[in-house]
Parts: sequence; C-alpha cells; structure tokens
Amino acid sequence: MNLKISALDYVQEVQNGNISAEDFTAATLERIHSIDEKLHAFLSINDNAVNQAREIDKKIKSGQKVGSCFGMPISIKDNMCIKNSKTTCASKMLENFVAPYDATVISKLKEEDAIFIGKANMDEFAMGLTTEFSAFGPSKNPWNVDCIPGGSSGGSAVSVSAFECVASLGSDTGGSVRNPASFCSAVGYKPTYGLISRYGLISYANSIEQIGPVTRTVKDTAFLLNIIAGLDPNDNTTVDNKNEDYLTGIDSGVDGKKIGIIKEMMTEGTDPAVISATKDAVSKLESLGATCEEISLDMVKYSVAAYYTITATEAGSNLARYDNLRYGYDFPVEGYEFNSYIQKARKNFGSEVTRRMIIGGFVPSAGHAGKYFLKALKVKSKLRKEINEAFKKYDLLIAPTVPILPFKIGEKIDDPVALFLVDINTVTANLTGKPAISVPFAISNGLPIGIQLLADSMDDKLLLQAAHALEQTVQLPEVPI
Amino acid sequence: MTKIGLEIHCQLTNLESKLFCSCKANYRQFEINENICPVCMGLPGSLPRLNQEAVKKATMIAMALNCSTPEKIAFFRKNYFYPDLPKNFQITQLNIYGDTSVGGSGSIVVGNKEIRITRIQLEEDPGRLIYEGSSSKNQITLVDYNRAGTPLVEIVTEPDFENPKQVREFLNILSDLLENLGVSDPGLEGAMRADANVSIDGGKKVEVKNIGSFHDLEKAVHFELTRQESLHSREIEIAQETRHWDDKRKITISSRSKEEALDYRYFLEGDIPWVTVDPAIQEKLKSEMPESISSKKERYVSKYNIPNQVADVLSSDKFYSDLFENSHTESNAKEIANIITTDLMGLVDTREKRESSKITANHLRDLADSIQTGKISRNSAKNALHEIVKTGKELSQVISDLDLGNVSDESELITIIKDVISEEPQAVEQAKSNSQTINYLVGKVMQKTKGKADPQLTLNLLKKQIE
Repeated sequence: MNLKISALDYVQEVQNGNISAEDFTAATLERIHSIDEKLHAFLSINDNAVNQAREIDKKIKSGQKVGSCFGMPISIKDNMCIKNSKTTCASKMLENFVAPYDATVISKLKEEDAIFIGKANMDEFAMGLTTEFSAFGPSKNPWNVDCIPGGSSGGSAVSVSAFECVASLGSDTGGSVRNPASFCSAVGYKPTYGLISRYGLISYANSIEQIGPVTRTVKDTAFLLNIIAGLDPNDNTTVDNKNEDYLTGIDSGVDGKKIGIIKEMMTEGTDPAVISATKDAVSKLESLGATCEEISLDMVKYSVAAYYTITATEAGSNLARYDNLRYGYDFPVEGYEFNSYIQKARKNFGSEVTRRMIIGGFVPSAGHAGKYFLKALKVKSKLRKEINEAFKKYDLLIAPTVPILPFKIGEKIDDPVALFLVDINTVTANLTGKPAISVPFAISNGLPIGIQLLADSMDDKLLLQAAHALEQTVQLPEVPI
Repeated sequence: MTKIGLEIHCQLTNLESKLFCSCKANYRQFEINENICPVCMGLPGSLPRLNQEAVKKATMIAMALNCSTPEKIAFFRKNYFYPDLPKNFQITQLNIYGDTSVGGSGSIVVGNKEIRITRIQLEEDPGRLIYEGSSSKNQITLVDYNRAGTPLVEIVTEPDFENPKQVREFLNILSDLLENLGVSDPGLEGAMRADANVSIDGGKKVEVKNIGSFHDLEKAVHFELTRQESLHSREIEIAQETRHWDDKRKITISSRSKEEALDYRYFLEGDIPWVTVDPAIQEKLKSEMPESISSKKERYVSKYNIPNQVADVLSSDKFYSDLFENSHTESNAKEIANIITTDLMGLVDTREKRESSKITANHLRDLADSIQTGKISRNSAKNALHEIVKTGKELSQVISDLDLGNVSDESELITIIKDVISEEPQAVEQAKSNSQTINYLVGKVMQKTKGKADPQLTLNLLKKQIE
C-alpha cells in the first residue's frame, strides 16, 4: 500500500477502486504503530478507525452517497473537540477531558466521511513553537529525530510529513501551523481571521488564532478549505465566504502579480540558507511573471513583543477556567479555602503555560496596562494600518516562514526570549488577521526550509494560487523515515 | 448630605434564550443543572453566540430611561475567580475606553427629583450558589448553573437619592417601566437584585451588596443609613467598606474581604464582534416599543375623561392596563376603568391570585356592557366578577348560575314595591315629606330582590306609587 500520496490522489484512487478505505486506514495505522514511537506525533489513536473505514467502503460498494473525503485518515491537533474523545491540549489539566460535543470543523469533516486517525501532539495549550512543551513529551522531526519539529502543531506536521496520515488540522495563533510545516516540509496555512470556525477549538488567544490545514500539497489545503471554511452560527467571528471554491483556478499562476518582500523579516539574524532560499523563491516567482520588490513594514520590529503581550493577556483569561473544579480533579477540595485551592490546582500547568499566565496576569493589570497591554494593542493597530497600505500596492507579500532551521531538542528550552524571537516572521499575519501560507521550498543539510506568502484579508484564493505556483517550481526529496 | 446610588441587576426574564446560547432564559422551571450546554458551562472550545434580541431589549430599556445609545456596542471580559462563574470571567460591558455599553448617561424624574443614570450594560448572570450543612465547618457550597448566562441588564445610577423613600419611588417606577416594556417580570424571585452605595455627611462610601429584591433594597438602605448615623452621632469614623445584606436578619454585615483590591483586568471580548445599533435600528426599536406609562395615562385622562388617580393606577400596572386596552371601547372605557380599580384590584391583590385568576378582557367587556344596558346591577356585577376570576366562566353562564339578572319586568317590580309599601306604612308617610326616607324604601326593595332591581327604576316606580 502506497501511503505517500496526496489527499486528492487518495480520493482519486478510492473512487477508481484501486484502493479501499479500509486497507489504506489499516496500513496507515500499521505505519503509525511502527514509527510513532520514534516520532511521537500522536497523543491518542482512534481504535475504531478501521471499522469506520469499512463502513465507508460499504457505502461506496452499495452505491450510496459518500462524502468527498472517502475515508481519508486525517490527524487532528489535540486542542479540537471530537465528541466522546479525549481532548487534552497536551496538558495535565485536561488529561482526562472527554469532549461532549464536536468542533464545527469536525462535524463538517465527519459529514464528508473523513476518518480521524488520531489526536496530534502539540505544545501545551498551543503555547510554544517546538512541541517540547507538551506535558506528554516532545514530538521529533522526521527529517532528523534529534531536532524539534516546530510547533505548536508539531504532531500535525510530523504526521503529515512522515505519512502517518493524509492531512491534518492544526491551529495557528502566532505561526503554530506554518512554523512546524516549514520545519517538517509540509504545507501549512493560516486563513483570514474568521474564515474557519473556531467553535470547538480550545482557545489560547482567541482574537487572533485560526484553525488551519497541514497538507502535502497546496491543492490538498484548498480541498480541505472547501470543506471547513465559511459562516458558522456557533462562531460570531466567522465571515461569509459565499461558498468560494478554492480548487477551481488554483493553477492561475502569478503572472502580473506584484509581490512585496518584507525587509524586516530577513534581518542579519536570519540563517544564510534561509536567505538564499527566499531569494531563489523570489526569482522563481519573477520567472513566472510576478514583479517583486523589497518593502518595509516598520512595525514588524515590535510585533513579537506585542504578540506575546496580547496572547498572554488572552491566555490568562481563556485558561482561567482550568481550576481543577470542573476539569482535572487532581486532588480533593477538602481543607482548602477557595483561592488557595485554585492556586495549588494551577500548579498542574507546565512551565511555559505558567510563564505566560504570569505575564498575562501582569501586563493588563491596573497600573501596568498602559505600559504593556494597551501599547501592544497600539502596535497591533499600527501594524494593521501598515500592512493594509502595503496591500494597496501589492497583491502578495513574501518572507521566510522561520528565520532559522530546525534546531536540536532542548537547545533553546531554557531561553524563552530566544524562542519567542523565532516567531518574528509569522506573528504579523495573526496580529493583522491576514491569510498566510508556508510552502516547502528547500532542504539545507537535510533540514527543510519553508517560504511564506501573505495576502490581503479574504484573498485566500489568490494566496493559494500563488502558493501552488511556487510549489510547482521545486522538486523536493522525500522524508528519510 | 446623604448620598445613595444604586446598581440594579434586572434579568431579561421574557427572553426565549440565554445571552450566549440557546438554553432557556427562564431557568426556574428546571431541575438543578438541567438547563445547561457547553457554552453556558464554559466548556473548553465553546464560544459565546450573542442573543441579538437581548441587545434590542436592553437598548429599549436604555431609551426608556432617556440614556444616550451609542451606535456601536462592545463586550468586555471581567476576570475574577468565583465558583459560580464557569469561565472564571464574566462577559459584560464597560465604558472606560469610550461609550460602548448599550446605554450611556440618562435620567428619570422621580417625584420632583431628577435621578441621573450613569450607564446601562448588558451582561451574563453567573450560576447560583447553594450552601448546605449547618455549621461553617461542615458547610459545602454547591453550584447550580441553570442561571449561568441568563441575560442581565445592569442599571447604574448616580448617587442622587437623598433618602430611602426616593429609592422606593424610583424602584416602583422602574419596575413598572420594565414590566410595561415587556422585557422582564420584576416579580419573579431573583429577577431583580441590587447593590447600594450609601454615605452620609462626613462619612466614607459604603457599598451594600447582595440585596435580593426591591423590597429589601429600601430596607437595606434604611438600615445602613441608621447604622451610619448612629456611628456618626457617637463620633466613630465610618470606614469605606463593602457590606453584605443579610436577608434573614435584615441587617448589613461587613464583608471583611479585600474586594477593593480586586483587579478585573478588563479587556475586549474578541469572540463577540462589535454590534451596530445605528440610528436606523434605534428608530425601528423605538417604533416597536410599547406606549410609555405616562403617555397611556395622559390618553386615559384626555380621551376617556378617567379621573387622574384611576388613570395612574391603570397605566402603571401592566396587568391592569393590558386588560383595559384589550376590553375598552369609547363608550365603555370609564365603566371598565371603574370595574378594574374598584372591584378587580381587591380580588387579585397578590401575585398568586393574579396568576391563578381566569379573567379575560372579554369578561370585562361583557360586564361593562351588561351594566350599561341595565342587564345586571353594579352590585351583581361585583358578585359575577368574583365568580369569573375564580372559574373563568362566561358572564351569561355566571348570571344564570347565580341568578344575578336584573328584575327588569316592571309589573314584577311593582308587585314587590306594593308589598314593601304595605309593610312599611310609617316610612311611606315620612317619605312623602323626606326624600332621605325614600332611599330606605329602595333599600328594602333591593333586599327583597337580592340586589337585582335596577335602583333608578325602583326609585321612579316607588315615587309614583307613593304619590
């Protein structure tokens, strides 16, 4: 069984009767069982997957209507609720939380007969960019298992890249889909804010985060987007995409498009291999008819500081409900006064979550909000103004997804500020609500490099077209696992 | 100078669903923790889904209290830990970053005094705490989340009240106004709660929390003023503090907690986009608003010549004014107003009696018409009303069941009158010279007919017979 096929190829193969959903799912599980001990992409596996696949095969054979995923095995980051399944956020606090409802994206995929093969590992509550902050141990980069796979959707990117599933859903608050996709040589996409419903996605920083697919090809991303995008009455922040079909016209190319190269995302700290890959990508796009020139987004300098201030504030509030009264039950309440109980209960959070909760308690507090939180909001609104100006002149913007290559597990774990700075190229899309995508573009010393494209709000289709064009310009080696 | 300010929490009890989910706003009918869902339980991943109807109703309240109404409103998170808050933050509104709550400054006239409204905000009610176990050592706190997420409107006033009487008058006007708008039933247990800020000359501000009804609010304010005045007279300093109203002992008790040190870390609720309430929407809401109490009263007086006091009662109470509106015509309006205010009010003077009452507007119309056409006497009408309230039967049925129809047959009446004349020769003699005595004879006729004789007709016939 060849597992190394795209989502669209999978659909084709099943439709043609060349493979069955059951065989493919069984083979996928077999691969997971043989390699995931090494990679740790999964926190839990769907034991019922083969049976579900068999049911779908039956529907196909009997000529019943079958959903467009035809039993495709998909992994789901463990911060999205699947009814009657554990949804842990890779945290001790939710270790035994069984969601009583489906996230909107899950209901939509269920309707299209996708199979959720397992829940993917992540940094605890999606806070981190290495997956080292999972309470259940880090995931490993399949290109080099000594290296981090990126994060926080590390399990999603690893599982796609290592053929442990056909596609995955991650979530992106400051680069959490694009960063691991770049580090694992997968496509990672963060849509326009509001394009995909967040209902059932466990919030970290709700005002800027989005669910996004991790796939092997840009076309696969468009395919999944067609299923999961659009207005949702359960999420008031969703926008009407008028049932846009993101696959039609995906090969429209970039001829005549104007592309701005973001200067502030290629500073001296950027790895030379990343710079040269970006330059290469620019010249490839130019050869396809695009015009590229360097532009400056001054506020990018302050974006990481603003990002951590805003996300910590929202996290402090979003995670306040984990007080061991309704989830956790780690120890009984007897003998505690309410506040001291909460204080003790919250020691169940890991170090990174604790760090951000402490920041989140401080930066918006009376007497400090003006200096930190409100200032961060100002940066955010200025950055938004700047990027909106840029999109008056340019159709797309380009930058490396991450300024550096995947590094060794444990290398930066004790240096939070150094880690924070790795987010410099990705947080802008979140702070401004713009869509952005990371396309696998190069391999340097056996480690992947992704190129990031950004587009204006609701220009997601244009973004995918450009990403597809760029993707077609390179032929990359297969993952060595 | 004595200063009293109020923060009133009013549930929008007449709404179908909670503020952010489709659970029922009317949670009182459920078993404990039955009226809940992932949203109002704040389960991981759930998101608030704003009830647009709640925004409309809250805006109507703001307009009725003459508040400014911003074109765009926003929601904020108020962060604090408390067992009745499933998310450990409350979604509410805030005006410190510009006026973004449903209502800004407004005012309402109470007696001759203008009470200024600071703001009106829409927010979610927390769950309800239930304490079990007698001693504090054994006491456990249970939480019923049925109430969590119920739409709550907070009305904050300036410290414009000078005494408990003004507070009571304001509360009466406010609860009539809310009821008239059809947004809330102030009589429901827990539908109206309040905090009061009370200070006297030379003393610091004391906040009294946890006042569970309008009835207790006046008492709490009164108690707190007396307490402060007593301290003041003994030259004891009145400390700035938060006190709780103990509704069993009817006193305020110092909370001794550091509540003033709480920092709520307010910030914008990103899950709810700003809501537009532009002038066009406001105009539409205005047109959908029920007629105000004062306008009703004016109409009753000028159009139907109903006395001021009667019109006052009739317009301010929604139960009576609805009955009146649905039953009256130009010709019977005064009669119906009369029936309601002299007879019906005594029959349904408690909430329970009102709720079990079977009277409808049709009954009232029939009653008034029957009186006006002389089918039954006023006295019989009163008896009929009593029966109708109890049973809800048609008037015609009640008249025949209780034999209440007027003796309208003149010959029958003359026979009875002749009987009375022969029985009361002395009175008849006196009546010839003294018109007061003839009323005594009319009374005798009424006695014999069990009140069914038309008094005017009886008088006329009597006069003829005596002469």
